[in-house]
Amino acid sequence: MLEGQARIPSGCAIAGIIDKTGKRMSGEAIIKAITVMRDRSNGLGGGFAGYGIYPEYKDFYALHIFYDNIAAKKNCEEFLERHFDIINLSKIPTRKVKEITDEPLIWRYFVTPLNTKLSESQLDEREFVARCVFRVNTRIDGAYVFSSGKNMGVFKAVGYPEDVGRFYRLEEYEGYCFTCHGRYPTNTPGWWGGAHPFALLDYTVVHNGEISSYDANRRAIEMYGYKCTLLTDTEVITYIFDYLHRKKGLTLEEIAAVIAAPFWQTISRMEPEKRAVHEYLRNVFASQLITGPFSIIVGFEGGLMALNDRLKLRSMVVGEKGDKVYVSSEEAAIRIVEPDLDRVWFPSGGEPVIVRLNGGAESGS
Amino acid sequence: MAVNYLYPEYEVVRNYDRCIVCRVCERQCANEVHQYLADANKMVCDDSKCVNCHRCVALCPTRALKIVKTDNTYKENANWSNKTINEIYRQAESGGVLLSSMGNPEDFPVYFDKILINASQVTNPSIDPLREPMETKVFLGSKPKSIERDENGKLKNNLSPHLTLSMPVMFSAMSYGSISYNAHESLARAAEELGIFYNTGEGGLHEDFYRYGKNTIVQVASGRFGVHPDYLRSSAAIEIKMGQGAKPGIGGHLPGTKIVGDISRTRMIPEGTDAISPAPHHDIYSIEDLRQLVYSLKEATNYEKPVIVKIAAVHNVAAIASGIARSGADIIAIDGFRGGTGAAPTRIRDNVGIPIELALASVDKRLRDEGIRETVSLVVGGSIRSSADVVKAVALGADCVYIATAALLALGCHLCRSCHSGKCNWGIATQVPKLVKRLNPDIGYKRLVNLMKAWQHEIKEMMGGMGINSIESLKGNRLMLRGVGLNEKELEILGIKHAGE
Repeated sequence: MLEGQARIPSGCAIAGIIDKTGKRMSGEAIIKAITVMRDRSNGLGGGFAGYGIYPEYKDFYALHIFYDNIAAKKNCEEFLERHFDIINLSKIPTRKVKEITDEPLIWRYFVTPLNTKLSESQLDEREFVARCVFRVNTRIDGAYVFSSGKNMGVFKAVGYPEDVGRFYRLEEYEGYCFTCHGRYPTNTPGWWGGAHPFALLDYTVVHNGEISSYDANRRAIEMYGYKCTLLTDTEVITYIFDYLHRKKGLTLEEIAAVIAAPFWQTISRMEPEKRAVHEYLRNVFASQLITGPFSIIVGFEGGLMALNDRLKLRSMVVGEKGDKVYVSSEEAAIRIVEPDLDRVWFPSGGEPVIVRLNGGAESGS
Repeated sequence: MAVNYLYPEYEVVRNYDRCIVCRVCERQCANEVHQYLADANKMVCDDSKCVNCHRCVALCPTRALKIVKTDNTYKENANWSNKTINEIYRQAESGGVLLSSMGNPEDFPVYFDKILINASQVTNPSIDPLREPMETKVFLGSKPKSIERDENGKLKNNLSPHLTLSMPVMFSAMSYGSISYNAHESLARAAEELGIFYNTGEGGLHEDFYRYGKNTIVQVASGRFGVHPDYLRSSAAIEIKMGQGAKPGIGGHLPGTKIVGDISRTRMIPEGTDAISPAPHHDIYSIEDLRQLVYSLKEATNYEKPVIVKIAAVHNVAAIASGIARSGADIIAIDGFRGGTGAAPTRIRDNVGIPIELALASVDKRLRDEGIRETVSLVVGGSIRSSADVVKAVALGADCVYIATAALLALGCHLCRSCHSGKCNWGIATQVPKLVKRLNPDIGYKRLVNLMKAWQHEIKEMMGGMGINSIESLKGNRLMLRGVGLNEKELEILGIKHAGE
């Protein structure tokens, strides 16, 4: 059974590293971190997101695309040429790794929307790009855009994450932020698009958990033009994030208060002004509340947010050393990269840890 | 004429070894089934008057009474049942429309009973509601299309008027007149204590009950009985009744014999006149007219109250609901064909309308397909019988449910389906003072509170089992449901998979 034909619950490992000053580091460290958590994956999916990795093309959308065959590539490129100015295109460099097999064609395009098409569509640029991504993924058979942001990129495959990292030569990329995921699905997805991170524009999500609110969230978000093709939790979380952040204009803190909302009994003890905000958010965005276990790291241009479900049913630990902030399912994965941490903490359920470039790690604790 | 004789459907069986001739049964039966024979010092009964309400059975101190289905029968015939034959005899005699009460009792599929609920195993933990918060609070009303911020970037409260409920259950419309003062008082007090709402039905609001206004939904129906500015203003929400599941397409008729005293004053019609609600609202012949009434009521109440539009579940319900969602209504209530009533023509009750499960599933889907599901809340009734039905309805897409028959059962109703006789021995569907006082509101309201607390507890247990700790995450979560013994088309309409898939 392929991804998208059935709903596949999965357990996982997640990790993320960010340098608050925006200083770039190689992908070596994140591979080292995830390697320690091999037990939390089962070789059926791994992937990375890197931010700040394409400074020379930072004004262009980097589309990473899987093709099943040449015909799909041809169809997709025709579509891209009709809608975008393609500045550069190439195969994504990989190396042969014996653990990684059945690879699709993997291409990368740096593009910018054609002015004529963009003005004709009456959409803003990001919405235009997002719609084109949905168009490719739902209409062009055998083509799948798995990364579509500026100055960032997703690299994923079926395999253990450390093998995936070597396959994509991740150590040759330099970015200010990396997130990573090792997947433990409960059956064989066998399709590369199903691995994490899941991405739309510059939003990426790596996620550990199985949300019990899935179908409520899916059916709600599909009302707003999103199409959940993969039937995975991560896909729907990504769309919720995009919807609340980009389309509705909620802040990261407000988004956390929607998707991992404080309990009513907690809200009732807040001072009136704060209470009113929480009541408002829980009322208006009730369909975006996520229940069931999850720990997620959301990457975006200029930062990351780590968040646990409201009951903290999945492990997640945060470490800080100098300008670097580490997030991981297990502390061991942080210690292997940075044994001497200034601070380690375990954020409570529903308490977001938001790290922005040139800012501190913000956390309620 | 001999053909006029109908053998009673139920027989009262008295165990004379147990009967102590205390005459309780005689005093309790408003139908005068029981009679004392002084000469023989013996109780006798006339089965033909018995409605099988179990009042005498429940109050007999020695358990000497029981009611059994008669074994007297016509020659068996799969096509011509005893019931059908008797109805023909009755109509041949009277020339009249057959009347019935409460919901459709016929053997149609109950889809709720063919739907099963999920639970977590291994990949996702179940949650224990005794240890962790488990939230059943819901809001009903239209959600704003976008957020607004003030000059400091703070979120503005741009919510339209809405209802806040401690759990997704409300007491459905039953008018003062169709049910008694004490029944109304029980419902009002229970709604207040539970943090939910009850509904006046089309009978106006008795002045004693204005103090429960913040838990009251007032109804505006085709007869406009009891509607005046204070009535509208006293409420938490206003419901326009376009239809009722028990009798879609027809109006109502409360006989003049019940329009007495307070009921006459509350309905604002003279004593002894029949209260006839027309089948349609005569100012609503189309959807644009409905919009005018919605906004008239909003104008009259300064846009402070949400407006509910209640319709019966009929064949084209999805398109109708879509129209209502665009007519300014904040909440749509849909009443299934099994919904109860104080009186309805039997043929209408038993043959018109569709099951609420199918109506709900198709309305929820249609509103989502059109992207307008968040502009209205959906409330469904007719009939919700247990907490499991509530969970299934919410997972199919309802925001909340209406219950009425279940609430009356809590007050003592035994579903004898004889409300139209006006002689309810349990003091519910009657205006006879000595019967009304049998229902003690101090006890009645407590039993309603008990029932709802029990359901709430069960809802929490089922949610916890699914790993869901807030009811919002159950709403429309159809993957939590599976069908058993349903065909492809039924599954498609319900939007659920078959068990094992």
